Amino acid sequence: MNRARLATVWLDGCSGCHMSFLDMDERLIALAERADLVYSPLVDSKEFPEGVDITLVEGAVSTDEDIEKIRHIRGRTKLLVSLGDCAVTSNVPAMRNPFPVVQVMERAYVENADIRQGVEFTGVLPRLLDRVRPVHEVVPVDVFVPGCPPPADAIHYVLDALLDGRQPDLTGQTRFGR
Amino acid sequence: MTPTPRVKTFRIDGRDVVGREDQTVLEVARENDIRIPTLCHLDGLTDIGACRMCLVEVQGWGRLVPSCVTKPEEGMVVVSQSERLARYRRTILEFLFSERNHVCAVCVSNGHCELQDLAEEVGMTHVRVPYRYPGLAVDASHGRFVADHNRCILCARCVRVCGEVEGAHTWDVSGRGIQSLVITDLAAPWGESDTCTGCGKCVQVCPTGALTEKGHSVAEMSKRRQFLPYLATMREGRR
Repeated sequence: MNRARLATVWLDGCSGCHMSFLDMDERLIALAERADLVYSPLVDSKEFPEGVDITLVEGAVSTDEDIEKIRHIRGRTKLLVSLGDCAVTSNVPAMRNPFPVVQVMERAYVENADIRQGVEFTGVLPRLLDRVRPVHEVVPVDVFVPGCPPPADAIHYVLDALLDGRQPDLTGQTRFGR
Repeated sequence: MTPTPRVKTFRIDGRDVVGREDQTVLEVARENDIRIPTLCHLDGLTDIGACRMCLVEVQGWGRLVPSCVTKPEEGMVVVSQSERLARYRRTILEFLFSERNHVCAVCVSNGHCELQDLAEEVGMTHVRVPYRYPGLAVDASHGRFVADHNRCILCARCVRVCGEVEGAHTWDVSGRGIQSLVITDLAAPWGESDTCTGCGKCVQVCPTGALTEKGHSVAEMSKRRQFLPYLATMREGRR
């Protein structure tokens, strides 16, 4: 059997979806028989490789770097899966959206700062976008798995279906805010 | 003496059903265990057809009609489940989610929310229109309750229960279209309302986390609605 090439990425999220991924527990061993994890915050690969079959995306698109990353990944992935509410709805990261970025930065680094008050743009850190956006507003997404985080069972169900070449039906498996 | 209401025989989803002419198609459907999704409807309140979730097809009628405000007609053929209706219902839900800031993960009503439940029921896994992210106020001026406009879907259950059941008419809807907001009195802070009796009925009937009790954290707010059918039945008996 051909082993599938699986990747996971972490944009603007809390890593809870990755924790939920790890919560698949012993099923991860069975998964490892069927797929290689070629890129992920959980493994030590620096470059997103070409020819990836399935990529799970955690997190919303919040910075110019996120946009670049997700476009790059989309180009190298057959099936892109929005994993969790941040990727699907933009969720908590987007709670800053009703406010201008400048106001958000000042809140964090001037009003609430004890030392070195002030906002500096050094060019080292990615720039925040005016608005945080769900992944599918930036690149086409093939499968949506809502949940905060999606339960391990739902992630397992989705991966199992996709590895079998089936389209997963998530009715009753997960929901927003779960 | 009021005349006895006439009986109408019609069909819903291929089944022969019987209802009184003063009932609604939705009521007759429910009596026959036919599930039509609803959001603004609540047993004990006047139906207003606001949310459009209960839209049905009627053969020969060119448009879809909300079943909660449509009366049965002799021989009418109603379809409550179809691909077209499923598409409409899903799209309506997506509009509701995109219109304000429903962040389920950090909502006091997470897990006890009719909007969230419906999204799951109709298989809405994502929103295909851009989110609006409006900057809306949270009114925490009342001693016991909070109004979070970010989570309001304008179903007007609060307006109806306050006017029809409590008799205070503290709540109303201000503005038009996308600018609409529920308000207390003439848009005074809730805590300063002269007419609010503090009964909390509006909080209990609210389908989302828009109206809640203070002192609840994420997912802790569940609503208690038992009083409403009870009050409605008692008052009907008195008439």
